[in-house]
Amino acid sequence: MSQLLQIYEPGATPEPGEGETAVAVGIDLGTTNSVIAVGEAGGARVLRDEDGSALVPSVVAYAADGSSIVGELARRLILDHPEAVVSSIKRLMGRGAGDLKSLAGTLPYEIAEGAEDKAAGDSRMVRIVVAGHTLSPVEISADILRALKQRAEEQLGRRVDRAVVTVPAYFDDGARTATRDAARLAGLEVLRLVNEPTAAALAYGLDEGAEGTYAVYDLGGGTFDVSLLNMQKGVFQVLATGGDAALGGDDFDHAVADRFLAQRVTRFGSEALSISDAKLALMTGRIAKECLSTQRWGEWSLSVGGRHSLHRLERGELEELLAPLVARTISICAQVLEDAGVEPADVKGIVLVGGSTRVPLVRQRVKGLFGREPLAHIDPDEVVAVGAALQAQALTRGSETLLLDVTPLSLGIETMGGIVEKIIPRNTPIPVAKAQEFTTYQDGQRAMAIHVVQGERELVSQCRSLARFELRDIPPMTAGAARIQVTFAVDADGLLTVSAREQTTGSEQKVAVKPSYGLSEDEMARMLYDALQHGAEDMRLRVLTEARVEAHRVLAALASAIGVDGDLLTDDERRGIEARIAEVERAIAGEDRDAIGARVEKLEEQSRPFAERRMDRGIRAALSGRELTDFEAANREGKIAGTP
Amino acid sequence: MDGSKSREKVLSVRTVTAGDGGVGGCWSCHGPVARLALFCGTCAAVQPPGQADHFARLGVDVGFDIDPGSLDRSYFERQRQLHPDRFATRTARERALSQSQATSINEAYETLKDPLRRADYLLHLGFSGATPEGCHLVNDMELLTEAMELREALAEAGTPAEIAALTRRAADDIDRCTNDLSRAFAADDFESAARLATRLKYLRKLADDCRARRLQLASH
Repeated sequence: MSQLLQIYEPGATPEPGEGETAVAVGIDLGTTNSVIAVGEAGGARVLRDEDGSALVPSVVAYAADGSSIVGELARRLILDHPEAVVSSIKRLMGRGAGDLKSLAGTLPYEIAEGAEDKAAGDSRMVRIVVAGHTLSPVEISADILRALKQRAEEQLGRRVDRAVVTVPAYFDDGARTATRDAARLAGLEVLRLVNEPTAAALAYGLDEGAEGTYAVYDLGGGTFDVSLLNMQKGVFQVLATGGDAALGGDDFDHAVADRFLAQRVTRFGSEALSISDAKLALMTGRIAKECLSTQRWGEWSLSVGGRHSLHRLERGELEELLAPLVARTISICAQVLEDAGVEPADVKGIVLVGGSTRVPLVRQRVKGLFGREPLAHIDPDEVVAVGAALQAQALTRGSETLLLDVTPLSLGIETMGGIVEKIIPRNTPIPVAKAQEFTTYQDGQRAMAIHVVQGERELVSQCRSLARFELRDIPPMTAGAARIQVTFAVDADGLLTVSAREQTTGSEQKVAVKPSYGLSEDEMARMLYDALQHGAEDMRLRVLTEARVEAHRVLAALASAIGVDGDLLTDDERRGIEARIAEVERAIAGEDRDAIGARVEKLEEQSRPFAERRMDRGIRAALSGRELTDFEAANREGKIAGTP
Repeated sequence: MDGSKSREKVLSVRTVTAGDGGVGGCWSCHGPVARLALFCGTCAAVQPPGQADHFARLGVDVGFDIDPGSLDRSYFERQRQLHPDRFATRTARERALSQSQATSINEAYETLKDPLRRADYLLHLGFSGATPEGCHLVNDMELLTEAMELREALAEAGTPAEIAALTRRAADDIDRCTNDLSRAFAADDFESAARLATRLKYLRKLADDCRARRLQLASH
């Protein structure tokens, strides 16, 4: 009789899941600064250092032995040891070398040469060399996350193993995957990747009891997002989102540094810039920009190759430099309003997020578009982490609030002539799944290649390549006879999975997705192995926890069943089942994952005749037309019987 | 084997009771559970989404006229129960089931929210002779002429004011066409509804083109 049960078993394998005593935190992993917060009774608390600062600069300094320092100390080291320090690593998450932006022809990073597997072409994530080590952006981000995790564990006195990590809404699949991988590497299970503007809306909306349509304008160090949300009674529904994953305060610094360097060229003639020079020039640009948010003018010195120069800059001049960048954010806002079919006047409030919204020109232009003063009383640096912590709390302890987010970018596949066919349009609510049918164009064709891209443009070359994969083992048929249905599913984290099925034979196809800018599973496994001495222990604990959660589910389900249909059991049978339950409970109290699994299986076996009798009773009841359980949903089905 | 007999039994029962519910087995407690129930009545485990039309999925009456407010409420209500965020610490199977439930609800909501997609879906449900995706144009000379005229007018429009006038006209036509669609569905006149749905598709396209033209003009 085992088959009756198997019909209803889709056969998922347990994955690491719940931790019992550890804390779940919210992390805003920013380009310039990162913040960690924890949900507590009555709200969320941002974790601060001894000086009261919540901001941990997203800067990592590496020593020759590979050990790292993260935060303020690392940032101070930029001046003396620029070659050993990495900043703004978020901009490289899920990216290729071609995405990097140079300063006067010099990149502020040393790119690893030849580290990429040539067979993989240019489709690998960029690696950078720092203090003699070759590191991927995922590893460097993991070092930042590890430091944040440590800060939380020290302050809370408890283990922290799960987190909600925020990402720019406009992050593509590659960058999202890279972020999740970095967290795994740091020993954090990602409960959910939440979009930064959505997290900010959650924190702001819950705090202020906001109702209606709100815009979140989030200009960070390296990314820009704007989201329009409908907020009502605990529901945060994203209507549309847009942005630029490579536009932020860094670009402001760049513009200023460019101007200073150009002034040097007129004075000294052209000069070669080392990587360290580039880092220093960018830092000077940042300092100038920040000063001019409050001062009318200032003067800054720059030193390259032992030659010093002084640069005077006024706020008006700065604004001229920034105007085209700010204009880009404003036109993206206008596009998002159009996408959502919302007039600027219908927006009840504009929430400013991200340190770059401190720039007066930004506030002025945002006000110009929406025709009202943006809300500036919230801390633009901390609100995202607060939202993430609230969401971590909601996910682990339950909540009445609901976040409904959308895909920021259209998802499509390459068709003949390099044209993109859109499968899932942008601003579709997630999770979402769409199926597309493909067929063969040659007799006996056994395989087919599919290229998945993300973006709004019509040509594949103008979109971002996400992954390539091959469908293999297609049954040989005449051209056009095979019907291969490929399903593209985007989950609540905004991550894509692809599955394929041949329709005429029903055979499942192998889909090996090669991420265009991500890490392969092998690389990830090696890094996990290398990076975590305690990684094995973390992994063992997570797998054990998952086995316990599953065992608890089985016990609870059986207890409910006995509560309803207990009369179907003889005393002997009941004693038999109770004995098995006791065994499962003993196994749960132990530390052996396999023992738990084995005991649960024994229990399921013991209670199988009971399940069959319950099914029989249920079927008889249904046939005699008696109300069985909750038929509410089922009855509605009858309304249009006979329609497809 | 015993097992295959039981499977037959279950499958035949499904056929017998199709239309007024039916019974399946709960994957978690293995007892009977009403088909399309969101949760098992016995052990409260989340169930797979099953086959249902979009109206049933969201618990709204079948028809073209839908109150957007109540559609939203219904959608939020179901997502509150079934969204993956409610299952973040549950077993892998429950997480996967909640994802498929939430996916089905989103699909239903996206289809019913938009008047054009709703019209297409109703035609697909109630009028199997209808060819979806605007295949009626060829037979509809009136629509064809109208579409060509509007397109020409747009191509000739050179000033923002002219484009704005066309945009307004398209918006008015879209409103009127949507009202006509509502009347056609109310009268069970699927023939007219199919024609109007095609017209609405063209008007939407025109409105999009107006927007593109305006942006094009603004960027020069």
